[in-house]
Amino acid sequence: MRPADSSIESASIGSGAAPAAFGRPRWNPWLIAAGVVALAVAAPIVALVATASAGSEELWSHLIASVLPTAVRDTLVLLAGVGVLTALIGTGTAWLVAAHDFPGRRVVDWALLLPLAVPTYIIAYAYLDVLHPVGPLQTALRAMLGIDSPRDFRLPDIRSMTGCILVLGFVLYPYVYLTTRAMFLMQSANLIDAARTLGAGRARVFLRVALPLARPAVAIGVSLALLETLNDIGAAEFLGVRTLTVSVYTTWITRSDLPGAAQIALAMLIVVLCVVLVERWARRQRRFANDAQHPRPLARQRLRGGRGLLALAACAVPVFVGFVVPTWYLLDQTIARVRFAGVSAAIPREVLNTVTLSAVATVLAVVCALVVVYAARVGRGQAPRLLVRTASLGYAVPGTVLAIGLLPVITGIEAFVDSAASRLLGASTGLFLLGSGAAVVYAYVARFLTISAGSLEAGFSRVSPSIDAAARTLGAGAVRTLIRVHVPMLKPAIATGALLVFVDCMKELPATLLLRPLGFETLATHLYGEAVRGTYEEAAIAALLIVAVGLVPVLILTRVGARGPAEAGMTISARAAVPEQGAAAAPPDQTA
Amino acid sequence: MPRMSRKRPGVLVAAALFAAALSAQAQEVNLYTTREPGLIQPLLDAFTAETGIKVNSIFVRDGLAERVMAEGTRSPADVLMTVDFGNLIDLVEKGLTQPVESAVLNEAVPEHLRGKDGQWYALSMRARVVYAAKDLPIDSFTYEQLDDPEWRNRLCLRSGQHPYNTAMIAAHIVYHGEEATLEWLEGMKQNLGRAATGGDRDVARDIMGGICDIGVGNSYYVGLMRSGRGGPEQVKWGEAIKVILPTFENGGTHVNISGAAVARYSPNRDEAVRLLEYLVSDDAQKLYAEANFEYPVKRGAEIDPIIAALGDLEVDPTPLVDIARQRDAASRLVDRVRFDR
Repeated sequence: MRPADSSIESASIGSGAAPAAFGRPRWNPWLIAAGVVALAVAAPIVALVATASAGSEELWSHLIASVLPTAVRDTLVLLAGVGVLTALIGTGTAWLVAAHDFPGRRVVDWALLLPLAVPTYIIAYAYLDVLHPVGPLQTALRAMLGIDSPRDFRLPDIRSMTGCILVLGFVLYPYVYLTTRAMFLMQSANLIDAARTLGAGRARVFLRVALPLARPAVAIGVSLALLETLNDIGAAEFLGVRTLTVSVYTTWITRSDLPGAAQIALAMLIVVLCVVLVERWARRQRRFANDAQHPRPLARQRLRGGRGLLALAACAVPVFVGFVVPTWYLLDQTIARVRFAGVSAAIPREVLNTVTLSAVATVLAVVCALVVVYAARVGRGQAPRLLVRTASLGYAVPGTVLAIGLLPVITGIEAFVDSAASRLLGASTGLFLLGSGAAVVYAYVARFLTISAGSLEAGFSRVSPSIDAAARTLGAGAVRTLIRVHVPMLKPAIATGALLVFVDCMKELPATLLLRPLGFETLATHLYGEAVRGTYEEAAIAALLIVAVGLVPVLILTRVGARGPAEAGMTISARAAVPEQGAAAAPPDQTA
Repeated sequence: MPRMSRKRPGVLVAAALFAAALSAQAQEVNLYTTREPGLIQPLLDAFTAETGIKVNSIFVRDGLAERVMAEGTRSPADVLMTVDFGNLIDLVEKGLTQPVESAVLNEAVPEHLRGKDGQWYALSMRARVVYAAKDLPIDSFTYEQLDDPEWRNRLCLRSGQHPYNTAMIAAHIVYHGEEATLEWLEGMKQNLGRAATGGDRDVARDIMGGICDIGVGNSYYVGLMRSGRGGPEQVKWGEAIKVILPTFENGGTHVNISGAAVARYSPNRDEAVRLLEYLVSDDAQKLYAEANFEYPVKRGAEIDPIIAALGDLEVDPTPLVDIARQRDAASRLVDRVRFDR
């Protein structure tokens, strides 16, 4: 299906909302279903507010006097550092890959995405080992220089702000790469070609034309990387950087002050929402920049000889640092460990648990996203779109904090069902959510719904409302239209969203740890159990498997991306919790 | 709350058999633990082998109390186990435990290592010791010396907010008060050779790597490293250090405990008590020493040779409950001197 007018029409409507006049009942079941989903996501946050309001005396005076000045400064420095680094790497490599041709370009084109499969906490462990004075790198260096003792010569310690920024930057840059590459490929071809024709040099084209045009995509990618940075506690804490998130933990764990911890977490949520607002602002800008009527693929410039090799090297470095080195390290550790102690018999079971939980959560996240986003499409007014935003809130809260908020919600549901079942059926249902793993699935869906929802929104925005109109005129109801018309057209968007949700579920640790059933281990909890007692080497197998299983969706994603780079880019961009349809972003021939 | 006498084993065995006949489910016990699974699994396996009672365990790090509290009366938790007395006493104070009256437990566990009314019991001990570079000419050390300017930029330890460290700092508060402890912490911070982070084993590796000359870590890591159980690499770390059992100036060596309590709404209370009793039995205490390199709590139980070689442990006499009371203050002081930054 190629409705030639889709970009123009949806651009004029601006949000991809279908004209709502076709046989829509006044009482909208979609809206109710979407309301239920949004409520489920918002419930833990409401519970947190309740916890926070229990009060915590003189917490804030202590925080303001002793903690906040440095914690805020460190958090800002970390965010700024990671932001600059991911922007540089992501934009630079995206520009090389999108606008140039050089030896190995096809390989680095997808290889640059690989660090997505590596959880940040794993890469931090790996680099501490690799770069330690008694690790392989420095040992080799000393051997080369003829120095015996690390006391006479050693490199700066990685456990520092600089080390943390470098590690996080090299593993989070793919977000920027993905969004920016899509933008370079789809958006600015006309203008760049024009600039080239007019005689602008390479640097000038990049700095004066391509970069300004891609700025919103860079902002989206960077804001995603920053959300990951804020919510990731493992890597930063391990490397000795104490962000505000760590203060939440200290208050809660060391001082047993849960209300206080909830207060800090909510204060942070406000900060995160500000980041999200900046991102929305950036996307607003993008719409403004998207007026090219007939975008064409960018003509790649050939880089020959030394320049080509230089370009290849520039693209290969992030892949090596963000993926090859940590994976090589894990492989090496795994081999050594298997020789030394064999493979734990529990591993296959843990793989199965991990994949099962993630798969169920992924399916649910996609279905819930379909409900919410479709409700916004067929619904009228601001209410449905507000529900989409609410349903996307979970991603903005650190995993453990969300899990703590979920606990009273889950046990509340359990108590309600249990007492109802006891009264009506005379049977107790007990802790059927916590005991079955359903609680973990709930946490995953609440946390990652924004990814699938954003992906679907981006997809829906490319489907011209005239198609809805045609289907409805021909007598199909809303459900039939969704299933027979939209879902087939949205397959790439659904696939991309689902794959990203799946990868994130697999990597998720804190909620899994707290909400899983008795005697139930996943790869991530196994890894954590070993890492926490300092036996990283025993965790190597689990870590390698997380990367390996995570690689599958990432590789599929690169293929989805190859079919429609803009699709992949927009999908990822939609992770930033507040989906705002860039309606005109897609060229007409991307619809099907 | 039902209390159970442990004085008439015959009656109990009969009761246990009866309970077993009533329901096959009764031969289970559910363990919630902050203890790393790898460390206790051998003990649990041995318990199952001996008693036929299956142990279902879940390792929860942060939020054990919150989970048990949220589960309320429906909680399947029978035994709650932690690796820090602060967390254990926390569980008691939150009303998540129940008293246990057991002659076996009371006899095995010295009085200062268990709670009033049997609300909690220590199962094993670990000393907070000093790791020093092999060639350093020191043989004794006090905790008070950790802030000595001699060690400027030469000290390594994990986060000041880690329970092992807040407990040690809290003990210092008990001895010297908050003001002196603040100064002590400031001196220690000056001495740090790297960010206060990572684990205790990193301290040994960092001493080997020349980043530091002294550090603070738990005693059992020395056993894990030197025995080669952590892999051949860690043997080198363990050999790169010498271990000193430090003391407080007028006291002994600071210890922390791993311990356990019976959950308030434990559905398998008898099995829970049996598990606790098993864990202080000679066999289990030996396993604690052999498998985990911990100090047994039971008087006269054998210590692993690697740990015994560290020297005679003279446990600091300060009651753990007194130390636990200063934990919050210790944590705030750590924040105040920006120890971790």
